[in-house]
Order: sequence, then structure tokens, then C-alpha cells
Amino acid sequence: MNLRDLEVIPETTLRISPRLAEDAVFDEVVLAGDWFVRTIKRGEFVRIVDLQGNQAVDTLFYNAHNYTDRYSAQDTIRAQSNVYLTAGTKLISTLRHVLLTVVADTCGRHDTLGGACSAESNMVRYDIDKRSMHACRQSFLKAALDWSAKTGREFNKYDLTANINFFMNVPVMPNGKLSFEDGVSEAGKYVELRAEMDTLMIISNCPQLNNPCNAYDPTPVRILIWDAPAS
Amino acid sequence: MKRGTALRITAIDDAPNVGAILLNADNFSERLSLPDSLKAQNVARLTTGTALYSDMGRILCSITDDTVGWHDPLGGCSDETLVAKKYGFDTYQQARNAWHQNGLDGFLIELAKYGLGARDLMMNINFFSKVEVLEDGSMHFVPGNAVSGGAVEIRAEMNTLVILNSCQHPMDPANRYAQRRVELTLKKVPPPGPDDVCRTSRPENARGFTITERYFL
Repeated sequence: MNLRDLEVIPETTLRISPRLAEDAVFDEVVLAGDWFVRTIKRGEFVRIVDLQGNQAVDTLFYNAHNYTDRYSAQDTIRAQSNVYLTAGTKLISTLRHVLLTVVADTCGRHDTLGGACSAESNMVRYDIDKRSMHACRQSFLKAALDWSAKTGREFNKYDLTANINFFMNVPVMPNGKLSFEDGVSEAGKYVELRAEMDTLMIISNCPQLNNPCNAYDPTPVRILIWDAPAS
Repeated sequence: MKRGTALRITAIDDAPNVGAILLNADNFSERLSLPDSLKAQNVARLTTGTALYSDMGRILCSITDDTVGWHDPLGGCSDETLVAKKYGFDTYQQARNAWHQNGLDGFLIELAKYGLGARDLMMNINFFSKVEVLEDGSMHFVPGNAVSGGAVEIRAEMNTLVILNSCQHPMDPANRYAQRRVELTLKKVPPPGPDDVCRTSRPENARGFTITERYFL
């Protein structure tokens, strides 16, 4: 971490996890442009590791027993009166349940206002000719359709909503400007959450090739899961 | 609102708040995406020149006039628990039309009239309210952002289902429940020309208008 980062992020927001990788019950790498769906049971811990730095990990969470009860960005930031997610943040659902708590974070802050890239938003942001490029919401839709086919439960575009961008740095300024800055993450930084309810997690490991914030180079991330501690 | 109409919302009382969600009236799976809107325009406040994008890269509505200067896309809406905690619980039986209503139920009831529900909730706008974000990310409600006579005008670029409620902002520190009135005026307006304030405010919006106009070809 360089001095500039220290000015932006108080060190007190960084929290290291006591859990060891060798104790994880699940350990898998998700490549850029791929998607990942899994139920995180109440009490389990899930860690996302930014393997090469400045990768955006677009993530959605749902109450596993009622998908209409899902992660709500506005309720989450209002509950903590802060737009950045970090250790201590409780992820609140549309029906005002705590889905998960961020229990460890070595990056310092994560975005939930910038949304997920889509073929259509790329046309607006970059160029109308970008329509055919891969995007997070292509992955989210395929993940939703696959999950629906696998489980027989209704799950489709109506369920996709404002997401979290783990490791992404989207500063909001007092004058109301919002910018996309170079990431504050580095290789090996991670964020870890504890499920407070049975939660469905959907990840699109962002394939974006048009945005300098990942140096035009989307990279893999690692997902680790630990069982709930014996009580 | 039909494409080619504009809605002017004018504050009658001081410090009103109007929660708003928008859907494509011809295809409810397409709805307001505040993340896409903020990202495309690099803003965390809404005012004249701001386009309100759907999740499909099209512009549902755009803000063509604004005497207030700042409308909030961050604070979300109140719910029954929050309102009861802040203002106390009352029943319609006791309070009649002064009973305490909340933003979330307001949205859900109006969505239900179109066969929609909690799955169709989205990040909402709070017209007339201001939430300032400091460098550390902390969010601060700024009282007195809008006063009586303040107005904002949104033009429908698509046929748009507009759902509004005038519940207090969930971060409003006022400790008294208040019904603050606004007036709604709907009118026909000409289509946005080449020098339109929303089309020209950013190159992203020029593309957004092109994509939206192609949808109606």
C-alpha cells in the first residue's frame, strides 16, 4: 500500500481473517468472463480473492428461500450511512433482512453504485459498435437461466438488480460527481463474508475490456468457503 | 407517461420528497437502472440534463428543467419499521388520512396494480432531496434542499410507467411525520432536437438518445 492509498482509506477499515485456506471446504478459481452460482448456508464464510489485482467481481445475493428478497444497494448503504462496503458492512435485502456481514477485508472498500456492465450500457458508455462484446449481465442472465433449469425455480431477468462490485473503486464526491478510478486492490487482497441467512450468491467475474480501471485486463479470482464453526 | 409528454412536479410545501421508480410501459422487464444512469453520466446527483436510463441502454425519461439543482439517487425509500420507529405507529382507524405511510409499501401497492411485486423493485429516485457524500463515503441528508415553488420536469422518451409517492425521505431527520404536498402537471412536448440539453450534456447521452430513437423506428 502506498501513501496515497493510506490517505484515502483509514487502516482501521482493513480486517484480516483468521481462517486458513487449507481448512476451506470449497476452493475454486473463477476466470474472467465466467459466472459462479452457489448457495452459502447460514453461518458459512465465503472469501473472494483478487488474484492479480484490480479485478471487478460483480456479485448478487438472494435469500435462498425467497428470491424476491434480495440484496438492496440503497438499503445497505443507508443502513451504514456510507456508500462504500467494507469490514462490518451488513448486506441488507429489499425486505430488510441481513443477508451477510462483511467480516474481513484487506482491500478497504468496495462499490455498489456502479452496477454491472451490459452489452447495452457498453453501447452508451463506449460506442454503439460495442454491442457484441461480452459483459457481466450476459453472464448474470446465463447464470440465472442455468440455475433455474437446474433447480426448477423461476429465476430470470426480473431477479437481476443493482449489484456489488467487489474490489472496484468508484469514488463519490461532495459535489455529486462520481468517477471510476484505478482500483485500490492488489494481487492477493480479499473480502470475506459470513452468511446470516441461507443465501444464493451469483458472481460475474467481469469481462470488461473497455475500462482502464482494470488496465483493460480482466483476471481470475478465487472463491473459498468455510463451514460454520461448531458451536 | 406517453413518449412525447412531460411531467412537471412542483413543490407546494417546503421540503417535499417524491420517491420515483420507472418502467417501460410496453415491457415491464425493462426498468430504471440508477447504476447505469450514474455510471454513464459520472454523477451521483440528478438535475437538468440528466438522462434516466433503463437497464437496456435506453432513456426512459430525461430531466429537462430543474429549479432545485439536486435530486437524490442514493437514499432509497422508507419502510413500515423505519416510519414506526421515527414517527410512532398509528392506525388508520385512529388517524384517518393523517396515518403514517411508508415508501416501500407505496411502491409495492402501486406495482401490484400492474401485476408486479417485490421482484420489480429497483433503486428509486428521491426528487427534491439531497444526500451529500463526503470523501470518506459518509452520507449526509441536507435539510432544506427544496422549498415551496421549486420544480423539476421530466420528459418521457419512452412510454413509461411512473410510480411516485410523497413519503418523507428515509434519512430526513425531522422527528415529526409530515405530509408535504406537490403538484403534478402533465403536458405534451416536442421531441428533443439536436441541441436538446439532455442530448448534448454528454456524448454518452447522444448515443443513449440514438439508441432510444432506433427503438421507435
